[in-house]
Amino acid sequence: MALRFRQRRTAAQICHILHRNLAPRQKRCILTGSSIDPAHGLGDDQRQIQQVALDFAQNELAPNMQQWDAEEIFPVESLRKAASLGFGAVYCSDQFGGTGLSRLDASVIFEALATGCCSTTAYISIHNMCAWMIDKFASDDLRSKWIPKLASMEAFASYCLTEPGAGSDAASLITSAKKDGQDYVLNGAKAFISGAGKSDVYVVMCRTGDQGAKGVSCILVEKGSPGLSFGKKEKKVGWNSHPASIVSFDDCRVPQRNLVGVEGQGFSIAMRGLNGGRINVASCSLGAALAAIQHARGHMKVRKQFGKTLDSFQYLQFRLAEMATQLVASRLMVRNAATSLDNKDPNAVALCSMAKLFATEECFKICNDAMQIFGGYGYLKDYPVQQYMRDTRVHCILEGTNEIMRLLVARDILTER
Amino acid sequence: MSGIRVLVGCKRVIDYAVKIRVKPDKSGVVTDGVKHSMNPFDEIAVEEAVRLKEKKIVSEIVAVSCGPTQCQEVLRTAMAMGADRAIHVEVDPATYDHLQPLHVAKILSKVAQEEKVDLVLTGKQAIDDDANQTGQMIAALLDWPQATFASKVEKTNGELKVLREIDGGLETIKVRLPAVLTTDLRLNQPRYATLPNIMKAKKKPLVKKTPADYGVDVTPRQKVLKVEDPPVRQAGAKLASVEELVAKLRDAGLIPT
Repeated sequence: MALRFRQRRTAAQICHILHRNLAPRQKRCILTGSSIDPAHGLGDDQRQIQQVALDFAQNELAPNMQQWDAEEIFPVESLRKAASLGFGAVYCSDQFGGTGLSRLDASVIFEALATGCCSTTAYISIHNMCAWMIDKFASDDLRSKWIPKLASMEAFASYCLTEPGAGSDAASLITSAKKDGQDYVLNGAKAFISGAGKSDVYVVMCRTGDQGAKGVSCILVEKGSPGLSFGKKEKKVGWNSHPASIVSFDDCRVPQRNLVGVEGQGFSIAMRGLNGGRINVASCSLGAALAAIQHARGHMKVRKQFGKTLDSFQYLQFRLAEMATQLVASRLMVRNAATSLDNKDPNAVALCSMAKLFATEECFKICNDAMQIFGGYGYLKDYPVQQYMRDTRVHCILEGTNEIMRLLVARDILTER
Repeated sequence: MSGIRVLVGCKRVIDYAVKIRVKPDKSGVVTDGVKHSMNPFDEIAVEEAVRLKEKKIVSEIVAVSCGPTQCQEVLRTAMAMGADRAIHVEVDPATYDHLQPLHVAKILSKVAQEEKVDLVLTGKQAIDDDANQTGQMIAALLDWPQATFASKVEKTNGELKVLREIDGGLETIKVRLPAVLTTDLRLNQPRYATLPNIMKAKKKPLVKKTPADYGVDVTPRQKVLKVEDPPVRQAGAKLASVEELVAKLRDAGLIPT
């Protein structure tokens, strides 16, 4: 009897059973083979990696993103689960436990993860940037101490450059580090620090020398260091699944061996980190925009007005087509910039800046337009599109504002060669 | 004891989330440009084999797939999950369209003999053709005991204790090795392949074979006449009263007049 019964089940029924039983699996939202398929143009390995990231996003992130946002939860367990798959130190070398993938692979991964939760993925990407800075520039002692913990996300990392008085003009930072015996003593404050209070290690740019970029050094400050404290948790428009606050240093004492690279190299390290950071944050925008388009497309197919579904209105068809075009153009720029970093292209800085400028603005518009397609429902927090819109808005501001991106591109174009 | 050797059958099927479209000429379903992945039940089989290996019950896991070149993708996934090596029995796309469970069962039973495995693990069925035949046929061809629709597996000396989900409840059976085991949905929840394991899987050996290598004739014995969409659900109607409902049911011959 059992056998006959089972044989009669159709594939659709099995799928239904799969959905019901395998965790809180939502229907996998895929537009495979369509022009906006993020797998387009990737090799077999990248597709396989991407699939793991997409599955993780769909099963572990997407079902929780609204709750994490509403309740401002920093999802430690989910982050560690992501790290157990290799997402904690994606482009660190495998020498001390990094995953050893390329920037392009990282971009593919962050885009895929961001379809599930843009904010959480953005934190993962910042953590990755910090891990890379340590892996690339720090001593083997620091690398062997931190990279294994960062790769597994047993320890979390934060990037500390911006100060209350030094934003776009980052080289004007005034947080100081003075040598005292075997230690550095830090004084000053860093602003808008993602992960502040939760992170175990802070990658701090501070002044050890004269005015300007050349006087900046990069120093690791561990949580629990004497004189390290955190301001009140900021209330943000988006990016709510990780905290941000002021990080203060009041005669904060750290051993001199915590210096990353050499004295005076800090600003360069910070900028090298940010090149990748810009790719990462732009990739998070791509994922959010892809998810927003999928939601908008789904809504257009079921929502009826004037007696027909929205997908039969030409204005909305055209709008959707434009969104898809903006997405693919953004993705091409981001992947091109990632490849330029992988290839150590001399134009990488400008290409990363262009990609970040273009992708973060276009993808924000896509999310905003997706919200418009949802009409009044789009403005409700019951629907995820507003969250993609809120989470991607900040990508136009941080990792270098988009105004600074324009400055970097202009500087590149106007340089005499 | 050196542990048992397992052969895991991994079929490449249209991904479970894809909306299936029938070809206009009704000869089959559209597979070009359609997302494929490992049959979910086979994924459960791979996971179970890997868990048995982690418990040191299994010493080696060999993944096998029959079909066109792209089947290597699911074999790579199986190896990324923990299979030690893979065998791809290449069947060209035209022949594959007509490949039937009996063909696959014959190939897999030959592979099982050649690889001297103690256990063949497969999904209870594939989500594309829903045949639910391959595992049972392998057991028949090898004259091995079978434990189908397993939802829990335990090893007791030289035997497997298998819990099966049946209509009346749960049935526990014991099978002596070598045996064939097919997996049900609740046996386990497959892991994600980790990125480092995906990288390592590239270096694991994948051997290419053909049905002829195993002396299996894959000439079709059945012909598919027509593949059609399931009927579209008809619109219903709202009725005002119970009397009206009873009358409608009577008209439709669903209740005695």
